[in-house]
Amino acid sequence: MKRSSDVINNIDWITVLLYFVLIIMGWANIYAAVYNDEHISIFDISQRYGKQLIWISVAFILIITILLIDNNFYENFAYLLYLATIFLLIAVLIFGTKVHGARSWFEIGPIRFQPAEFAKLATALALARFLSTFGVKITKMKDLAIAGLIIFVPAALIVLQNDTGSALVYASFIIVFYREGLWTWLIILGLVLTTLFISVLMIDIFYILLVLPPLGILIFYIVEKNRAYALVALIVFIVINGTLYVLNKYTLSIDYTYIILISVFLTILVFIFPAYKFKLKTFGILSIILIGSMAFSFSVDYLFNSVLEKHQRTRINVLLGLEEDPTGVGYNVNQSTIAIGSGGVFGKGYLQGTQTKYDFVPEQDTDFIFCTVGEEWGFIGTTTVISLFLFLLLRLIYMAERQKSKFKRLYGYGVASILFFHIIINVGMTIGLAPVIGIPLPFFSYGGSSLWSFTILLFIFIRLDASRKEQF
Amino acid sequence: MENKYANRKLIISGFIILVLIIFISRLFYLQVPDNHYKRSAENNATRHLTQYPSRGLIFDRNGELLAYNKPVFDVLIVKKEVKEFDTLEFCRIVEIDKAELIKKFRQIKSRFKPQIIIQLLSFERYSLLEEKLYKFSGFYTQTRTIRAYAKPIAANVLGYVGEVNQKTIDNQPYYQSGDYIGISGMEKSYEREFRGNKGIQIFTVDVHNRIKGSYKDGEYDSLALVGANITTTLDARLQAYGEALMKNKKGSIVAIEPSTGGILALVTSPTYNPNLLVGRERTKNYRKLAIDSLKPLFNRAIRSSYPPGSTFKLVNALIGLQEKVITTKTVLPCNGGYRVGSFHQHCHHGGAVNFIYSIQGSCNAYYSQVFMRILKDNKFDSTGIAYQNWRNHLLKFGIGRKLQTDLSYEREGIIYTKEHYDKFFKGRWRPLRLVSMAIGQGEIGITPMQLANITAAIANHGYYYIPHIVHEIEDRDSIDARFYKKNYVGIDSIYFPPVIEAMELVVKAGTARRAYIPGISICGKTGTAENPHGVDHSIFTAFAPRENPKIAIAVYVENAGYGGTWAAPIASLMIEKFLNDSISRPYVEERILNANLLDVKK
Repeated sequence: MKRSSDVINNIDWITVLLYFVLIIMGWANIYAAVYNDEHISIFDISQRYGKQLIWISVAFILIITILLIDNNFYENFAYLLYLATIFLLIAVLIFGTKVHGARSWFEIGPIRFQPAEFAKLATALALARFLSTFGVKITKMKDLAIAGLIIFVPAALIVLQNDTGSALVYASFIIVFYREGLWTWLIILGLVLTTLFISVLMIDIFYILLVLPPLGILIFYIVEKNRAYALVALIVFIVINGTLYVLNKYTLSIDYTYIILISVFLTILVFIFPAYKFKLKTFGILSIILIGSMAFSFSVDYLFNSVLEKHQRTRINVLLGLEEDPTGVGYNVNQSTIAIGSGGVFGKGYLQGTQTKYDFVPEQDTDFIFCTVGEEWGFIGTTTVISLFLFLLLRLIYMAERQKSKFKRLYGYGVASILFFHIIINVGMTIGLAPVIGIPLPFFSYGGSSLWSFTILLFIFIRLDASRKEQF
Repeated sequence: MENKYANRKLIISGFIILVLIIFISRLFYLQVPDNHYKRSAENNATRHLTQYPSRGLIFDRNGELLAYNKPVFDVLIVKKEVKEFDTLEFCRIVEIDKAELIKKFRQIKSRFKPQIIIQLLSFERYSLLEEKLYKFSGFYTQTRTIRAYAKPIAANVLGYVGEVNQKTIDNQPYYQSGDYIGISGMEKSYEREFRGNKGIQIFTVDVHNRIKGSYKDGEYDSLALVGANITTTLDARLQAYGEALMKNKKGSIVAIEPSTGGILALVTSPTYNPNLLVGRERTKNYRKLAIDSLKPLFNRAIRSSYPPGSTFKLVNALIGLQEKVITTKTVLPCNGGYRVGSFHQHCHHGGAVNFIYSIQGSCNAYYSQVFMRILKDNKFDSTGIAYQNWRNHLLKFGIGRKLQTDLSYEREGIIYTKEHYDKFFKGRWRPLRLVSMAIGQGEIGITPMQLANITAAIANHGYYYIPHIVHEIEDRDSIDARFYKKNYVGIDSIYFPPVIEAMELVVKAGTARRAYIPGISICGKTGTAENPHGVDHSIFTAFAPRENPKIAIAVYVENAGYGGTWAAPIASLMIEKFLNDSISRPYVEERILNANLLDVKK
């Protein structure tokens, strides 16, 4: 009895409050998104907002249950839970029901249940458990490989379910790795390559090649803090490039992308000797990175456009959300930016949205729920929601950092990473900043599985945090 | 060891903050600065249903219906909603071939907005389609009206209605693609009155274009305002009679009521049945009319610039009197013409010709001398200035400028400026070069409308009202103010009686005896205009009765010969028809009706 009152006293009420505020706002927006004049009772369970109320009630039961379970349970059973989830993920491939082309649902009577949603938290637990094991270090290749495998297995199974969006969430664990000491350069390299990869597919390679050299010079300037060199390099590049451009125009007329490549080589050649003489180490590294990036962009572009068959290309495009709706590329994003933009500063008022209510925005109560916020509550509303999420994430990091147990800290970071990834992808896609990947907005999107999994994810951490003062 | 990487929490937090700040900036950009997203949203979620008002009706001066409206039906399509359907059945119902349907379907760009795909369906086709419409998802119908004409007359006066072009749409926001607009004639000049105002109903719709309700409780809805009916000054019977008389002849008749300027009849021949230029056959028919070598679409009455011929002597007589270069007592020699040096203006009178006879017998020599006197008038410093003064007189008569009637595309006619001749003569004027203008030949051109107007001014003893077609616009107290104003031609009224006296003699005992009708005092003047197109134009202008004139008329029959032979009897028939509503000389009428003057050889 004493223990449980201790738990109550040490619960981080700020996080709990944030959770409730988000859940209530989420529900109100689902109500608005599917609102129609015929079903106005909030308890109408034929409507999604009625159902969501039930899911919320169940979530409350889950919360109480989680808070009652012993502090050490999660760490002790982390691997078991993980294995059970893997088993469910395999089972769903065989026995699952197909919804929207993804075989990721179990259907038991009226209840549908998506194991992928719960795999995230099991993975977070297992990863935390593994990385907190004595002697395991993320910088050791073997440990990194095992940690990678813990993430890769569920992600791969989810890809097999044809639910790539949910699988991409696992990339967010990179933040946990980073916190535990993964090399910065690896992270940066990963980020650069990912950015380049997506950029090449989204933008004409010509523009990427045009932007890279000045970007390299800018980085050189930031690192070396040598304005003179940077300026001279930029001018030399522009002069060489310009001369070649004009020459080319009246002579060979080869593709301009090659002109940029040649200009870059010539510029580097010009600077090799002075750089060697003045021992500018960054120059060498940056040159290699620049040439490497350009080569990488070229390879991706070549691979994508010349080697892959058209249907394979389309498939990648769809995965990246570049071709979400093959009959009208960009329709969804277009409609959602219109809906959000039309909200203006103060919004159209609660239940007054036309874009979301009349189905112009697709999936307006699940993946595109943020549009309802934008349309009905305006800039005030969207900023509030984003700020609440930001506050929650920072609070989670703060909580993670105050743990004495490495397991708890790692798990805390896992929770923050998963939520962060969901938020940026989901909100990002509605405002055209991220590819259209169908993953829910935590606590907002309609759906029992996602609501429950986020609730459990969060409250396990709140439970762990409540016992932070205990010795183990 | 544990805390070695602790500072990374700051980098991670910083990264999160950075990303979310970028998001907020993007949201700021989307939501705060301008409202174009709001507009897109409204376009998305509203459907504008236009209610087309029917055009105003057109009546003649006696209240007889000339033009009305009949309902037609358009088929609209919302591409997004179209599902597979039996194209053959659809094509059969709307009478269109499949290839054309596919072409039209492709031409429609918007996937969400209802667009017209098939226009002007007849009522029978429409009813058939309505019955089967449930089979064709995404297709809708819309009713509107098109013009119909009670009588096949006055096509060029009434003009026609057609779809607006892109330029009009760009310049006048009232019009939208597919709307109708008056393109010529009255339909054009009274477009604003005729069209009324479109009504609009705005509904909110969902993504499937299903109507969800009225947008903002109908705050922006408006009712269609029916176009105003217009009563014209035309006399339908006279118009129809004129067109019948001009059948198989090229030319024009313009009849004006001198006391008001109202146009009683405006015939241009050949003409066409106005019903040809409405409905689905419009384009086909229009093309046919446009390439017709007789130019039925060309309104000769206001667009054709003819030499006035001897009818112009009336004007020169009046100017001569006003400028006092002659008096009504002036007698001038005519020895078979007018000779100066090697110049010879042919004429057929012998001996001396007096003022009255100069008009009655249409003496070329007399007017050559009058015109020379006008040009060499000592009052003026030079011939050029004298010419300018003479030209100013003509402008007052409405020659060489637009009369500003309410018919569209009116022409000025031709009368060159002093500057033109200054240049032509290189400073040294040789008035003899211009002498053919004395008798309405040479470098002068007037429209039948202008000639009728001159005669109306003579009938009024010195002023005219701008000829106009509109008598009354529904719900308006008056028509345009310019039609109520007396326009003086700058000739003192004392000079008119002798000219009118002579004009009456022209009909009683002069060149237009064929126009004589016992009991009606017709005052007229014939003209026979040489022209480069072949046989002379037959011209006659007249007003009647002499006291308190009711009608002033000008008749041009192209390439038909002497004015007295054809134009004069036609005018007399028109006058009699208008004044008495009966024809006392059926043989004259028969001769005209049967005459085919389209192909007269010299």
